[in-house]
Amino acid sequence: MTDPVQSLDDAELHGVPLLRVDAVVKRFGGFMAVDRLSLDVRAGEFFALLGPSGCGKTTLLRMLAGFETPDSGRILLNGTDIAAVPPHQRPVNMMFQNYALFPHLTVRDNIAFGLKRAGLPRAEIAARVAEMVALVRLEGMEKRKPDQLSGGQRQRVALARSLARRPQLLLLDEPLAALDKKLRENTQFELTQLQRRLGTTFIIVTHDQEEAMTMADRIGVMEAGRLEQVATPRQLYEAPNSRWVAEFVGGINILEGQIESRDAGRMTIAARDAGHVIAAEPLHCLTKNDICVAIRPEKIRLSKRPPASDAGHAAVINRLEGIIIGVNYLGGQTTYQVKLDGGAVLRVSVANMARLDVDAYNVTQRVVAWFTPDDCVVLDQ
Amino acid sequence: MKRLSRFNLIALALGFAFLYLPIVILVIYSFNASRLVTVWGGWSLRWYAEFFNDSAMLAAAGMSLRVGAVSATMATALGTLAAVALSRGEGFRGRALFSGMLYAPLVMPEVITGLSLLLLFVAIDAERGFWTVTIAHTTLTMCFVAVVVQSRLGSLDRSLEEAAMDLGCDPVRAFLRVTLPLILPAVAAGWMLAFTLSLDDLVIASFTTGPGSTTLPIRIYSEVRLGVKPEINAICTLIISLIAVVIVAASLASKLSSRQGESAAPL
Repeated sequence: MTDPVQSLDDAELHGVPLLRVDAVVKRFGGFMAVDRLSLDVRAGEFFALLGPSGCGKTTLLRMLAGFETPDSGRILLNGTDIAAVPPHQRPVNMMFQNYALFPHLTVRDNIAFGLKRAGLPRAEIAARVAEMVALVRLEGMEKRKPDQLSGGQRQRVALARSLARRPQLLLLDEPLAALDKKLRENTQFELTQLQRRLGTTFIIVTHDQEEAMTMADRIGVMEAGRLEQVATPRQLYEAPNSRWVAEFVGGINILEGQIESRDAGRMTIAARDAGHVIAAEPLHCLTKNDICVAIRPEKIRLSKRPPASDAGHAAVINRLEGIIIGVNYLGGQTTYQVKLDGGAVLRVSVANMARLDVDAYNVTQRVVAWFTPDDCVVLDQ
Repeated sequence: MKRLSRFNLIALALGFAFLYLPIVILVIYSFNASRLVTVWGGWSLRWYAEFFNDSAMLAAAGMSLRVGAVSATMATALGTLAAVALSRGEGFRGRALFSGMLYAPLVMPEVITGLSLLLLFVAIDAERGFWTVTIAHTTLTMCFVAVVVQSRLGSLDRSLEEAAMDLGCDPVRAFLRVTLPLILPAVAAGWMLAFTLSLDDLVIASFTTGPGSTTLPIRIYSEVRLGVKPEINAICTLIISLIAVVIVAASLASKLSSRQGESAAPL
């Protein structure tokens, strides 16, 4: 049973990972911030920790930096346990959410700060600072103080400062949260390019799934101190392993129901508000008969008449009839709310391929929403 | 700028008159040529000259300046450490109690502080003089320094220190390289506050001083009991000028400190 989406090469994960988090626990009073969490990160990887606020992702990052000590468990960097090593002795650097630039020092002295502590010769420090300044394109700004810089420039100084010591692992705590939307998109791209070029392992903490999807090689979705799923962006979106992940990452339609029959890799599900749905058998085990079918809005297609089922491509197609109750035009796509005859409301997004709205549907119009069994992900309720 | 109404203007004038009229009169009379304190006899600087020839008074002034400088320095060191401990050791037990105990001397009647210190010095058989006064003033002023420095530390972004540690500083170096430069204006303001407090203290100094180490306020007070000489006016005017300079410098320093704080604030 191989799902094309699921086929991440396991060989890539073999060998000693750069970072291994092993059953780490961190409590604050009675609150379980990180709950027996284990994670491997490979050298050169761009890894994102994604989760809602309060899920423990920042606590995990702070443990990697050394600002918090785990209550139990190990943190292995290149095979050595660093859980008890103080922050100033770790080959790890962190870029802070508010940048934490030293206000009394110039851009140059901010970037040179870590190099001076490392006791590098003066000429080498000057060369390294110049290299970093060029890397983040801040030439001519070296003598400025942080309060004379724009938000984007401060972000780049913080990045240069944290990279100057050439850490094995760079931790980034919501590095783009303080930037406006346009600048953020450019910076996402730049950060990815930079990471590829340097080959440094990046671990980024973010609550913004688009940011995580855009930049990261792999994403760990965290909830209540645990990793719900660790996967590539594509796997996470197309093959979520739980209802929580499916609903957290991207928009999704959930139809609850029971399995009626299973046959040849297909299962027939009696959905509570939508009639019968035929879905592909999932790779993971289902523990109960009560399940839910998850379908991404863009996987559902609309038409005025039922599509011909025997037109060659897919033998089985789910056809659910309903009426349009809402239309949201978003430029590149239009989102329709379709109220099915069974009562469920589906969100369907349709790419606006043509400039003239030949395909547009109107409110109260009767439509058929259709999708194939492979478009469905069956999950435990 | 909004103009003040007539009522507000009068209220302001009366308020300032209440505060400063006695001082203005004192300053004017310090330039009085007459031997009698209350009779105006024309402008003169003779009482200033008198003061600079009065060796006992000069010795007292020198003693006061030395006590002030030494006790302010000790109080600044101790007060800063206390402030750092209280604002950085967030988790430790009894922090609220320590905070309260640090601030208690601010409202303690000076007579009690003075008397208790006197009892202590007698009990440990310390010879009373320069050092006992200096230690007593350190006790009095270190809590003022702690208050000033702690408020500055409270507004300082904690992640700055973490960033320093992340970049290779142990906690002590992080404090010296990052925290201290950023709170320095507040530390300076604390020093100047401690210095002026020491300079004008009469009560605690008279409890803890010994023969041969008379401070200026004690000296002035004992002279006045024999009758006010115009020379006292001149000395007081000099003290007022010195304190005014120090207070202005302290407020400039703390203003500078808060301006630096703005750039340290999160975006």
